[in-house]
Amino acid sequence: MSKKVNITINGYPVEIFAGKTILEAAESQGIKVPTLCYHKDLCVAGNCRVCVVEVVGQKRLSAACATPCEEGMEILTNSLKVRNSRKQIIELLLAEHNADCTKCYRNGNCELQTLASEYKIMTQEFIELVPLKKFSIDMYSPSIIKDDSKCIRCQRCVRTCAELQGVNALTVAHKGDQMKITTFFEKAMRDVVCTNCGQCVNHCPTGALVEKNYIEEVWEAIANPNLHVIVQTAPAVRVGLGEELGMPPGESVTGKMVAALKRLGFDSVLDTDFTADLTIMEEGTELLTRLKKALVDKDETVKLPMATSCSPGWIKYIEHMYPDHLKHLSTCKSPQQMFGALAKTYYAKARNLEPDKIVSVSIMPCTAKKYEAFRPEMHDSGYRDVDYVLTTRELAILIKQAGLDFKKLEPAKYDRLMGESSGAAVIFGATGGVMEAALRTAYEIVTGREVPFENLNIIPVRGMDGVREASVKIEKPLEDWAFLDGVELKCAVAHGLINAKSVMDSVKNGSADYHFIEFMACPGGCLGGGGQPIPTNAEIRQKRAEAIYAEDSGLPIRKSHENPEVHKLYKDFLKEPLGEVSHHLLHTKYTKRERY
Amino acid sequence: MANSHQLKRVDFIFRNENDWEKVLSNTIKKTPQDLINELISSELKGRGGAGFPTGLKWKLTAEAESDEKYVICNADEGEPGTFKDREILSRVPYKVFTAMAICGYITGAREGYIYLRGEYKFLKEELEKVLDEFDYYCNEIKLDFKIRVFMGSGAYICGEETALMESMEGKRGEPRNKPPFPTQSGYRGKPTVINNVETLVHTFTIFKYGAKKFYDLGVQYSRGTKLFSVSGDTPKPGIYELELGMSLQDFVYEFGDGDTKAVQVGGASGFLVPRKKFKDAAIGFKGKLTGISLPTGGSMMLFNSSRSMFNVLDNYLEFFREESCGQCTPCRVGCQQLLLGIKAVKRGDKPAAYLDKLLRLTETMQYTAKCGLGQSVANSFSSIVENFREEMIY
Amino acid sequence: MDPIQTLIKDLADIHGRKRESLLPIMQGVVEREKYLSELSMIEIAREMDIPAADVYGTATFYSFLETKSTGKYTIRVCKTITCAMKGKNQVLFAIQDMLKIKLGETTPDHLFTLLETNCLGWCHKAPAMLINDDVYTELTPEKVREILSVYLKQNGSNGNGYH
Repeated sequence: MSKKVNITINGYPVEIFAGKTILEAAESQGIKVPTLCYHKDLCVAGNCRVCVVEVVGQKRLSAACATPCEEGMEILTNSLKVRNSRKQIIELLLAEHNADCTKCYRNGNCELQTLASEYKIMTQEFIELVPLKKFSIDMYSPSIIKDDSKCIRCQRCVRTCAELQGVNALTVAHKGDQMKITTFFEKAMRDVVCTNCGQCVNHCPTGALVEKNYIEEVWEAIANPNLHVIVQTAPAVRVGLGEELGMPPGESVTGKMVAALKRLGFDSVLDTDFTADLTIMEEGTELLTRLKKALVDKDETVKLPMATSCSPGWIKYIEHMYPDHLKHLSTCKSPQQMFGALAKTYYAKARNLEPDKIVSVSIMPCTAKKYEAFRPEMHDSGYRDVDYVLTTRELAILIKQAGLDFKKLEPAKYDRLMGESSGAAVIFGATGGVMEAALRTAYEIVTGREVPFENLNIIPVRGMDGVREASVKIEKPLEDWAFLDGVELKCAVAHGLINAKSVMDSVKNGSADYHFIEFMACPGGCLGGGGQPIPTNAEIRQKRAEAIYAEDSGLPIRKSHENPEVHKLYKDFLKEPLGEVSHHLLHTKYTKRERY
Repeated sequence: MANSHQLKRVDFIFRNENDWEKVLSNTIKKTPQDLINELISSELKGRGGAGFPTGLKWKLTAEAESDEKYVICNADEGEPGTFKDREILSRVPYKVFTAMAICGYITGAREGYIYLRGEYKFLKEELEKVLDEFDYYCNEIKLDFKIRVFMGSGAYICGEETALMESMEGKRGEPRNKPPFPTQSGYRGKPTVINNVETLVHTFTIFKYGAKKFYDLGVQYSRGTKLFSVSGDTPKPGIYELELGMSLQDFVYEFGDGDTKAVQVGGASGFLVPRKKFKDAAIGFKGKLTGISLPTGGSMMLFNSSRSMFNVLDNYLEFFREESCGQCTPCRVGCQQLLLGIKAVKRGDKPAAYLDKLLRLTETMQYTAKCGLGQSVANSFSSIVENFREEMIY
Repeated sequence: MDPIQTLIKDLADIHGRKRESLLPIMQGVVEREKYLSELSMIEIAREMDIPAADVYGTATFYSFLETKSTGKYTIRVCKTITCAMKGKNQVLFAIQDMLKIKLGETTPDHLFTLLETNCLGWCHKAPAMLINDDVYTELTPEKVREILSVYLKQNGSNGNGYH
């Protein structure tokens, strides 16, 4: 592959590695070739044809995304033939597309709309196909709305669901003019194996797949003087939100976000990071308890490895795909749901509020969290623990609607009682973060010393490889944990459900000898979540991850068990990790589901 | 073209030859290189319609490095107006098998498949019976080559070679991006020769009688014979083996009903030639120096003056609209637009000038569609609309 | 075990469980059951360990892999150009008239389903149709009535769609 070839693009010579596509060659020269079905996260499909370019000497045009460069190629990316063809393809797509842009959720952030605008498509001479077809809108899922009339059949969602997630809830069905993107037997998304991860939403170029939004409901709650509206923000939101508001990827906007939320009128602006720290206390204790039961008591009902349970997309995935392995899951609720359960109990009591007057809103990088909040078991406070879940994108909409100049906002601090957090909680937003946070705490509980990594940074669990492994040898533990002396604690981290699948297969066939595995449904973890700004791709995920780790190192408290508010919570309310109140409010159970 | 008003009827393909065993055993005594040279010198081009040089295809596959290679016989004959492959497979299947085995010998493939369209399922049992016999002989001469029948299930697009491979791999028959071509990466990602049924039978002729015999038939750039499926308004529909290079005038003289208004050469994805152009049109591959040269997979449909060309085009477009795989924009949406468009013009909902917009659309489809299906819709559309414009409007 | 499960298991034993066996297995089910039901697609997915959505997506690509309930005999009348020119519509009318069903429908006794199809490859003997895998060519309304009468007689039906 080290061979280079010489080509020209629009007359200018370019030297490029053989095998690189024309699109990559053009990109290397700063020439934009428009694309629709192409996405950096996905394999090349070459089906929308808007990236066609002219190779001099060939009658037919070539799809730049799918054509490798060959020695001597003379490529024209903007010849009249290319322009005319491309423009007609855009017209064709518009003829098939419900182009009622002003009434579209993606208005202003739609790749087809942008293209139509760039090519100044001012008329529609072709016959509009949308009124001739019976397109349906699937609104049954609490997370995702699928509107076939806006679909341009680029199949990015199908590839996402298969390649990144290994879920295959979506498929291409039928052919010719009937060809469509659908599910098994064209059922509603809620009735198939969909995990609600929202990666399809994040990868959709148009408004065919969008999150179900709860913007109006939240505005109404805020406007109601009888209600006390609190909001929690997930760790990954703070490193993504800026992108929606005109800032470059990789900027952490925690303070501005808190300031904005206060100005939007929330009565209390709190942090999911607080319950992330709490999760570590509960989950860390659960892990150590399981280790004890398994290693000392030889209790065979205790399953190892223990798997994390923070990611609702992952939870739904394992429920569908590995229903016989649910015992591996930690019983801990996700930080969002722990927060919800405490909001209408602990917080209500402390602030002297009626729980039914509290509206609990969460801002998440995630669409699966919407579904999670709707799960029937998430009522442990006696009320629905979390009332409305908004994505990072929806929060940006609220901020824009309120007319706030986000960039100019003075940073503010989270309110207290459930607003304090540690660096360990912040890194929950990145793949490997839960593992790192858990190790920081568990190791210290067991040995009384800090984890043996420089600056507490457990580098082996960081990064973007699909599956990562790490081990920590436990030496000289405290007396209570003597049985762990010399034990090498083996951990694994998987993100993106396709990687979760490979790890789970090894758990299933018994070849995995891990003690603890972190699973995150989305590539990159929550920072690459389905509710994050569009576009999201490897480069952007990397920048968000860097911002997360920078935020962690900049915080005075880096370990969950040092969060003073968590201490107070145990002292005043929960008493001890895995105690009776915890058990009732912070832990949950799972449901076996059908894979087919 | 000589105005001889005579078509050169030939009888190679269906000639009943009971010596396939001998042809096979004799041929594989020669070196693969010699056989490739023989095939190249015959100038045989693919008979499915695209006309790729067969010798070169085999050579590329033979040169590709892989321990696994395949030979596929494309029997997904679906082009409207062709039915020759069915006839070959029902009358001389052993010639096809022999050719595949020789191809296997030359390229190093040990497995062959016949992709038989679902519509021809009634042939399967008989083919497998002949295959048993064939296998037995291959064993006898220690030729490691096994042929299986793979059934299609009703999808015209699977005749496109990469769509066919997708289908054989258990997927939707959607054409792949090219390159890579099947000679490099075909079935199961391995180097694959895929040939039309008729092409394979011609190689049988070539290996039996020598390249010269084949080369001497036909004309420059279009050597050998070709099977023609003749249908429509003709007193003698059926299958005919003719030398390539004939003029359409001669063809119509032989097969027309005296009132032939137009001939569709190459099926719905081919060209419609109106009466006034018969004498200028010759049947063969591109590269002919004079007149119009029309490649064809063998479909020849005749229309007399009782036929409305609007109805003909309408029928083709409905066919393409349904049979497009639907993955690429120009083909999926383009076919729908063309069909709705001509109807709208006919009804008067769109002005006659809208036909020009549609003609430009077919040009775009030709330039940008992912595979031959979408690219060739332009052929019939433009040749019908340009020659029979008034029939489209009134 | 459910008979469909048994059938699919047997087919998978014959053809294998790799993705490339999907078409032969689906064809085998259609041969026996006439169409692919939701249940049989789920069973195929389970048996082959592939996503159910993929089975559905692949099945719907092929016109001979029906996913809706069909009769014992599926009549597919060729509608492509030569058959259309040579009287396909008259044939279709004769069938509709005789079986009292419209295109796309199944007789109430589940004996016949009437469909159109694209080029069957019998253009020189147009019009043509398939009844399941059997070909009938050079059809006329009279001829098609005779053909259907034989099927009806074999199945003890009086031809009004009810037994």
